[in-house]
Amino acid sequence: MAEDWQNGGFGLYVHWPYCEAKCPYCDFNSHVARWIDHDRWTSAYKAEIARVRDEIGPRLLNSIYIGGGTPSLMQPETVATVIEAATTAWTPANDIEITLEANPGSVERARFAAFAEAGVNRVSMGIQALNDPDLHKLGRIHGRDDALRAFDIARDVFDRVSFDLIYARQDQSKAAWEDELSEALSMAVDHLSLYQLTIESGTAFGDRHARGGLKGLPDEDLSADMFEATQATCAAHGFPAYEVSNHAKPGAESRHNGIYWRYGDYAGIGPGAHGRITRDGTRYATVEPKSPAKWLDAASSGRSMRSTDALTMQEQADEMMLMGMRLYSGVSVSRFASLSPDPLELTKVRGLVDDGLLILDKDRIAATPAGMQVLNHILRRLLAR
Amino acid sequence: MTELTHIRNFSIVAHIDHGKSTLADRLIQDTNTVADRDMKEQLLDSMDIERERGITIKANTVRLDYTADNGEHYVLNLIDTPGHVDFAYEVSRSMRAVEGSLLVVDSTQGVEAQTLANVYQAIDADHEIVPVLNKIDLPASDVDRVAEQIEDVIGIDASGAIQVSAKTGVGIHEVLESIVHHLPAPTGNPDAPLKAMLVDSWYDAYLGVIVLVRIMDGHLKKGDRIKFLSNGTTHHVDRIGVFRPAMQNIDVLGPGEIGFLTASIKQVRDTRVGDTITHEKKGTEDALPGFKPAQPVVFCGLFPVDSAEFEDLRDAIEKLALNDASFSYEMETSAALGFGFRCGFLGLLHLEVIRDRIEREYNIDLITTAPSVIYHIYMKDGEMIELHNPADMPDLSKVDHLEEPRIKATILVPDDYLGDVLKLCQDRRGIQLDLTYAGSRAMVVYDLPLNEVVFDFYDRLKSVTKGYASFDYQMTGYREDNLVKMQVLVNDEPVDALSTMVHRDRAEMRGRAMCEKLKDLIPRHMFKIPIQAAIGGKVIARETLSALRKDVTAKCYGGDATRKRKLLDKQKAGKKKMRQFGKVDIPQEAFISALKMDS
Repeated sequence: MAEDWQNGGFGLYVHWPYCEAKCPYCDFNSHVARWIDHDRWTSAYKAEIARVRDEIGPRLLNSIYIGGGTPSLMQPETVATVIEAATTAWTPANDIEITLEANPGSVERARFAAFAEAGVNRVSMGIQALNDPDLHKLGRIHGRDDALRAFDIARDVFDRVSFDLIYARQDQSKAAWEDELSEALSMAVDHLSLYQLTIESGTAFGDRHARGGLKGLPDEDLSADMFEATQATCAAHGFPAYEVSNHAKPGAESRHNGIYWRYGDYAGIGPGAHGRITRDGTRYATVEPKSPAKWLDAASSGRSMRSTDALTMQEQADEMMLMGMRLYSGVSVSRFASLSPDPLELTKVRGLVDDGLLILDKDRIAATPAGMQVLNHILRRLLAR
Repeated sequence: MTELTHIRNFSIVAHIDHGKSTLADRLIQDTNTVADRDMKEQLLDSMDIERERGITIKANTVRLDYTADNGEHYVLNLIDTPGHVDFAYEVSRSMRAVEGSLLVVDSTQGVEAQTLANVYQAIDADHEIVPVLNKIDLPASDVDRVAEQIEDVIGIDASGAIQVSAKTGVGIHEVLESIVHHLPAPTGNPDAPLKAMLVDSWYDAYLGVIVLVRIMDGHLKKGDRIKFLSNGTTHHVDRIGVFRPAMQNIDVLGPGEIGFLTASIKQVRDTRVGDTITHEKKGTEDALPGFKPAQPVVFCGLFPVDSAEFEDLRDAIEKLALNDASFSYEMETSAALGFGFRCGFLGLLHLEVIRDRIEREYNIDLITTAPSVIYHIYMKDGEMIELHNPADMPDLSKVDHLEEPRIKATILVPDDYLGDVLKLCQDRRGIQLDLTYAGSRAMVVYDLPLNEVVFDFYDRLKSVTKGYASFDYQMTGYREDNLVKMQVLVNDEPVDALSTMVHRDRAEMRGRAMCEKLKDLIPRHMFKIPIQAAIGGKVIARETLSALRKDVTAKCYGGDATRKRKLLDKQKAGKKKMRQFGKVDIPQEAFISALKMDS
């Protein structure tokens, strides 16, 4: 039986791979380039959208998300072309969400009005910290004042504004984070992404950490306390967590990311972009070539270098759980059962419920706030047979 | 059949990577034993694989025909045996089947510990030894230093050492001439009744058991009826031959010769290394000295991680046992682990080889429980019970006293490491019997309890001496001591598979070490897990594994699904290697690793 991707809807992800500077914690596919052929990228995106449309046919398009990299460094014309091409290729939903990731630099914020003009109705801003010393330690090239100024402009220009903060930084106390978070909540519009700093291998921080550097990171107890404080403070300010690291006023949740977490279909274009596409009853995982130059050459010449793998039912069931359990709304047990050759083991579910980590409510299982802290443990328990 | 005077039997003693295989290849090539077009690099290496797969060490052998510079034709038989203390007996038998050894030393490296252990075996067997310095083509070669080292460390004359490069072929001819002129011809009486030594045996799917023999006296012919003196079984010889290195049938083997026989023997168990083979009628009654039936000295439980694989495990163990006389097994049930087998081995390497073969060749994940020796338990009613498994320890109120097996261990070690070796032996409850010097090397003899040695003694010895010690032991008998059964409780539940017998005075230390190890080996759970060691009802050591507080990925979006799924698949595979005890998952390797001591 084919998985009903419409559980999650359909969205388009567009990856812009360039940044002004590479942040030391970032393990995304981002690059610093001296010169970018904007016209060529514009045509390539346009051509790829047309090609994907040919492959997957007409759909209702719930969301476009332009991520990176730093897409606020894209020329507004490129953004306009992408949005125009996508909403022509597919029928846009009446409430389509069109998000662009933005950094608070001066170049970027000068373009906000033009991005709104191009059709962007939501920005997600990479503010990361609200004090200069920590921004500096995180390797950010903007300061607190830049962030506040950019945020004010964004709030005027876009319907919906979200911003990211990174916490559990070096030498950060719980009290200091709570103060900073309170300020963030006082300025927040409708959405906040609050990520604990994760040291990823292959990043500058990863290298420093491996060499014994990067001292003063919180231990497990402190980071757990910070996570709990974050959940409580945000809930008290009317921004409850709806996902591990995402908080929103009810109704203002990210619809695009919701497609990932509810395991809908998404097309990914741009270097290194991933997609999940259902065709003729089979679900495929797609990955674009990672190198910007290779992707651009391939897309410009119409020879796709994307890799496409059909997912087994088990793989789909696992992915559905891995993504869906991140939401406080959880997942449907019967949807899992329709995908997985083996149903969830009831004794394991009951055990996790008894331990206070899981809620089982008719057809729905979801992590409790305590369970969310140890979600990887829950998933291993539920999915390992 | 060859005249005794024109036979030379020899082995090659070398450390791994010192070029034994390449040298053997060159000898095979230079004597035209294998046509050049069939010559593949490292002919004996194909046998190395065979050896790795055949649990006990298989003595590989090859017969070379050589016409010496004096114009005479000689038959040279090479027997190749690697060495390890677990198989010291097997190696000693192979050494007794030949009269000389080539001692191959890498002239860029020098003498290594493994070489020593084997060369002393050769000296014990009264071998003539020809030193060969290999790899002289390399710039780092230092033949003078290495020759001097051979004299100092091993104590044999190295002035006539042959300098070779097995790689380029330099010196190979000199090696062959030296074998002919420096190694003694075998002795033997062609007119005496047949007396042959069983050097080794292994199973072949087409021919049944193949028996490698050295003829001491008399003749062995196809069609003969033969008898094994150890068990009196008789067989009809349906094939005899030699290895060149492929099997080649011949009609007769005479004194001094080395070859094989097949006699429709179904089980390797029936053919014991060191046994004497003679004719059924008019045979000798006089067995060769030194024969001893293989006796397992280390026991442990093998359980399938997945209890549904018990029958597969039974099948695997039965098949392996057919080909290995030194391996014993019986069914065992454990409260925690379910059905499995209690197995006996020659030593820990033997245990590991068998365990790895079951896991690799039969694809069964195993839990290996704490290795144990055989204890003698004297009950108050006068009965004596052999205890193979600490879990079976009877009620203490009925026990009068316990005895444990002891060994006499001989360790050869360079001076610099002597202090560490003495400390290790003392820590393992050893009693020093002797300490003598040979040059800068010390020979220490210790009386040690076997249970302190079976597990990781050899690893520790290698580690504290950087590999420069050689070690051998023999069983000496049983002695009473203050031994107790130590239990381990994980989350307050006893895990019988972790029970061990320990000396009362060392119990606290061992218990603490085990609890600390287990704390690192068991993954954290959602709850605190107490890990305790106890004797009877009394807890003697305790650690607490703290609860897992935080394990969640901060960011997970559309581009992460594939990576997260692959990570989960890996974790699923890891989870399969865990066994659940009450609410606690314990990884399979914990059962062995918990026992390893760092000092």
